Amino acid sequence: MFVGHVGILTDRAARVRRPPPYADVVARVVVDVMPKPEILDPQGQAVSRALTRIGVAGVAEVRQGKHFELEVDDSIDDDTLHRIAGDLLANPVIEDWTVTRL
Amino acid sequence: MTMRIGVITFPGTLDDIDAARAVRHAGAEPVALWHGDHDLRGVAAVVVPGGFSYGDYLRAGAIASLAPIMTEVIDEARRGLPVLGICNGFQILCEAGLLPGALVRNAGLHFVCRDQRLRIDSTETAWTSDYTRGQEIVVPLKSGEGRYVAGAATLAELEAEGRVVFRYVGENPNDALSDIAGIASADGRVVGLMPHPEHAIDPLTGPSTDGLGVFTSVLTAVAAA
Repeated sequence: MFVGHVGILTDRAARVRRPPPYADVVARVVVDVMPKPEILDPQGQAVSRALTRIGVAGVAEVRQGKHFELEVDDSIDDDTLHRIAGDLLANPVIEDWTVTRL
Repeated sequence: MTMRIGVITFPGTLDDIDAARAVRHAGAEPVALWHGDHDLRGVAAVVVPGGFSYGDYLRAGAIASLAPIMTEVIDEARRGLPVLGICNGFQILCEAGLLPGALVRNAGLHFVCRDQRLRIDSTETAWTSDYTRGQEIVVPLKSGEGRYVAGAATLAELEAEGRVVFRYVGENPNDALSDIAGIASADGRVVGLMPHPEHAIDPLTGPSTDGLGVFTSVLTAVAAA
């Protein structure tokens, strides 16, 4: 009885975390987006300068980008992942990206 | 008949009211267009106004460029519909692929808000025909991600084809490449710029009336088409 009750709670918690469209999640994918090397990255430069204020020397350069974590089902192939990255997550004019299946 | 010019409102748009007012001052009828509709309501031209559509999430203009109404804007722009993107609207048109290049964070990281001097470098567009080439105007600039960038080949093409329409005069406020403040599509019908001509149409509310010519120009362009 008690165990069953816990089971129901666990099921419900699982449903809340992963509603039906995500129930078939089979892979976690990371997309990292970075400003192209030739694009000025003033945010990274500001971070780099701030490092000296916390007493850290020796960091030659900081570049700041974006990190996306995707949960995908098995209908999402590598071509689709690159389309997701290149058409939406990154702007190819100013950014490069990498797709990594975990 | 009074010309009807659409002004799109996205979630987070701020300058649609001023854009509509500028359209009215120019002698046309502003028509409110909603981001979620697939309907341009038969307008003769479209203004994509400034603001912070979708809170600038992902990249400025990235989400708005995929809004339902942009399907119609992109289709009609490719058939010659005059489209003007101001500030966030310029960012949206670049993200939508109607204009080349991109707008990135200002080099100094500061949000720049000031009356900005510009030079009109092309009057061969639907939105600048009422100016004279080389004319200098003063209109407000207010942006944090206004630094225009594009690949070397794109920049060379823009310069060779005379598609740099507005250039910053004096100190470059954001380190935009080649002092570029605004550009045009190859056919001159789509124009985007970071400064705000719609805020400079009435001496009561702006630093000049220099921006009005953008909105009167399109009347000429549409009448001639």
